[in-house]
Amino acid sequence: MKDFAALLERLVLTPSRNAKIRLLAEYFAATPDPDRGYALAAITRDLDIRSVKPAMLRSLVHERIDAELFEISYDYVGDLAETISLIWPARPGPNRPPALGEVIETLNAAARADGPRLMAGWLDAMDAGERWALIKLVTGGLRIGVSARLAKTALAEFGGAPVTDIEEMWHALAIPYTELFAWLEGRGEKPDATSPGYFRPVMLACPLEEKDLDALDLCAVAIEWKWDGIRVQATSEAGVRRLYSRNGDDIGAAFPDVIEALDFEGVIDGELLVYDPDATPFAVRPFSELQKRLNRKSVDRKLLQSCPAFVRAYDALSLDGEDLRASPFSERRRRLEVFASRRPLARIDLSPTLDFEDKDALAAARAAPPDDAIEGVMLKRLASSYVPGRPKGEWWKWKREPFLIDAVLMYAQRGHGKRSSFYSDYTFGVWTDEGALTPVGKAYFGFTDEELKRIDKFVRENTTDRFGPVRQVVAEPGDGLVFEVAFEGLNASPRHKSGVAMRFPRINRIRWDKPPGEADRLEALKRLLQG
Amino acid sequence: MAKPDDILTPTRKGLYCPPGDFFIDPVSAVDRAVVTHGHADHARAGHGAVLATTETIAIMAARYGGGFTASRQPAAYGETTRINGVDVTLIPAGHVLGSAQVVVERAGKRLIASGDYKRRRDPTCAPFEAMPCDVFITEATFGLPVFRHPDDRGEIGKLLTSVRRFPERAHLVGAYALGKAQRIIRLIREAGYDEAIYIHGAMQKLCDLYRDFGVDLGPLAPATLSDGAGAKNDFAGRIVIGPPSAFADKWARRFPDPVPCFASGWMRVRARAKQRGAELPLILSDHADWDELTETVRDMEPRELWITHGREDALMRWATLAGVKARPLSLVGYEDEND
Repeated sequence: MKDFAALLERLVLTPSRNAKIRLLAEYFAATPDPDRGYALAAITRDLDIRSVKPAMLRSLVHERIDAELFEISYDYVGDLAETISLIWPARPGPNRPPALGEVIETLNAAARADGPRLMAGWLDAMDAGERWALIKLVTGGLRIGVSARLAKTALAEFGGAPVTDIEEMWHALAIPYTELFAWLEGRGEKPDATSPGYFRPVMLACPLEEKDLDALDLCAVAIEWKWDGIRVQATSEAGVRRLYSRNGDDIGAAFPDVIEALDFEGVIDGELLVYDPDATPFAVRPFSELQKRLNRKSVDRKLLQSCPAFVRAYDALSLDGEDLRASPFSERRRRLEVFASRRPLARIDLSPTLDFEDKDALAAARAAPPDDAIEGVMLKRLASSYVPGRPKGEWWKWKREPFLIDAVLMYAQRGHGKRSSFYSDYTFGVWTDEGALTPVGKAYFGFTDEELKRIDKFVRENTTDRFGPVRQVVAEPGDGLVFEVAFEGLNASPRHKSGVAMRFPRINRIRWDKPPGEADRLEALKRLLQG
Repeated sequence: MAKPDDILTPTRKGLYCPPGDFFIDPVSAVDRAVVTHGHADHARAGHGAVLATTETIAIMAARYGGGFTASRQPAAYGETTRINGVDVTLIPAGHVLGSAQVVVERAGKRLIASGDYKRRRDPTCAPFEAMPCDVFITEATFGLPVFRHPDDRGEIGKLLTSVRRFPERAHLVGAYALGKAQRIIRLIREAGYDEAIYIHGAMQKLCDLYRDFGVDLGPLAPATLSDGAGAKNDFAGRIVIGPPSAFADKWARRFPDPVPCFASGWMRVRARAKQRGAELPLILSDHADWDELTETVRDMEPRELWITHGREDALMRWATLAGVKARPLSLVGYEDEND
């Protein structure tokens, strides 16, 4: 537990990706099984652990510490797990802190009523850092800035293996991953990844650049719309049905409507979207509707009915037990079309391929797609086989230009992490018919560190009011700061005072030169909504 | 019979002794000052006379120049000076080199002003001395039960492990220039590291002074660049110590991919460490932690506890629970970020 706690502490405070990989790889090298496997599972959030409620921890603390002293301390520290870990009184005498694996195995095997006694015993035996790690682990709050992908990259570095191999076998592995570590250390066979329903690492597209477009032969590529949903892999093999995100996270539990429809034998690559249940003809809904269904562990019937999901297929990695990944795209596409025509599936349809006379027509279509749920075009070389990662010169994405508006800075809030002393989160607004500013969005990136310093100075020198951590700044027609804001789309939003919500807003340029009176008006934004 | 309040009383300039007509650690210029230790918020220039330990007098002279006071009155630990009928004795406080508690005695009453103190071992200064008294005036910088400083050796171990782990990066240790910096250097030496340690220019004078008083700091070198390209890499795998204020400065940019480390008791709280941008927080404090504060009150057995700068509300609560008569003094002008 001590090493795990030290690792977490270091990861939390380390901003650099490479340094994080190093820290993880060294931990894997220095820690024996099964602890390193459990730590890995905790970090990738695959770990299943009997959870402990914060209220139970509070009552344990109150048995040991005066409630008033605890509250004064909690008020200062601001984080419950950290306050408890720091304030917990050391118990003199021989204490043996448990290993990570011991904690997990004991807790999962114990009756719920034994939880408090076990936790108290462990907390007594640990130091403050270990207590913090334990509490974060059992309360499910392990937010340490490490993605599952980063952890797998560290494993790859540790074992000198391709990260795609690890991703591919991931779902066939069992915690605490002793088989995986044995292979990575050259002591064992490569684990068999091909249990039914395993995740195939995905192939990604590069952004299209001007030189790519010049060199492009339209006859050698397949062109499709770029759908504005999330990339998924829908798998159905030997009765095992799974829906994976592009990182290999299994999101099937939140999409039973899709899982139910996977009545085939194969692996389909496509876009997860939602449709309008009341519209004929069939209508795809914008990303904001899909968002209601994302990041959930389960889904209720109401949402299933109002936001039904489906997969718009554009590739087939395997069909009827045959791995197609080595075949060229043109062949995979042909097989996919045969598959789709053979027997229509309720929640799977085909992303059409598009034909354009020339590059001008392509550019025009990409700039003005016919549907809100389209964010550009995809170009795939007909000869491309399915290669994990982002190979150069195979697939390209060409996104629609962002929308741009000029908006006026209204409020600024201090940022977090390395920006914690800077006002780096900005709320901006546009003018209403009544000549007032109404907030239309928030952005916290898109500027350089130098620009940040200058904006921060502007905020400090032009504050007109304060609300907790938020500063209101001067914003009048003749005085204030204008941002050129770029965003990907606009949704009607009754929750926002302005009636609109931006997708993916960021600061495109800072218009130090522009008087706020010349910034955009709300009606101009609302016109975008209708168009 | 004199009441303690007649012997020492809080004023806006600091703690004042009316019969002796002197101030302890006054925050603005006075005729006669008794100074507990050399940190800038306790030891200011411009007093008529200063009574302090020989080391503290030397530190003040090094920081402010020879003319920092009209009359220097250096005293050894345990030596009693009578000021207008009040006996003043300086005893070790264990905070930094030369730091002292001020024992004030008159008419059978003994009051002790601790200044800043700690109880754990510090190889760069004399250890705290406990003495029974009528009134103990304690600081409360880390006066919350969440502050329990870990063992120094473990913290230094974290630093040295990280130096070995990242040999291409420089480890930048932010440490207060008086006391903390020298203590860290000494602890690093005790851990067996004998390579040159690089120091910020602002620390040179005080490191020299510590050496003059017999503290062996090992080989030190200035953290300045040699000329020519690639000089940045001179600091790869090195330990560099500078005042925390220098980190936000251009100064820090001369080092290769630095690992920012801060040495402070505040590093105990992760949010504070993150805020400072510390990648490697070192929980090293020259102040008493919660256990040291409460133990000290037990050791001193005061009839009354007076609490000065810091988080007095929690210590007040503890005193109530422990049956110790206590009151907050609310002295102003002492900074607690300097640890």
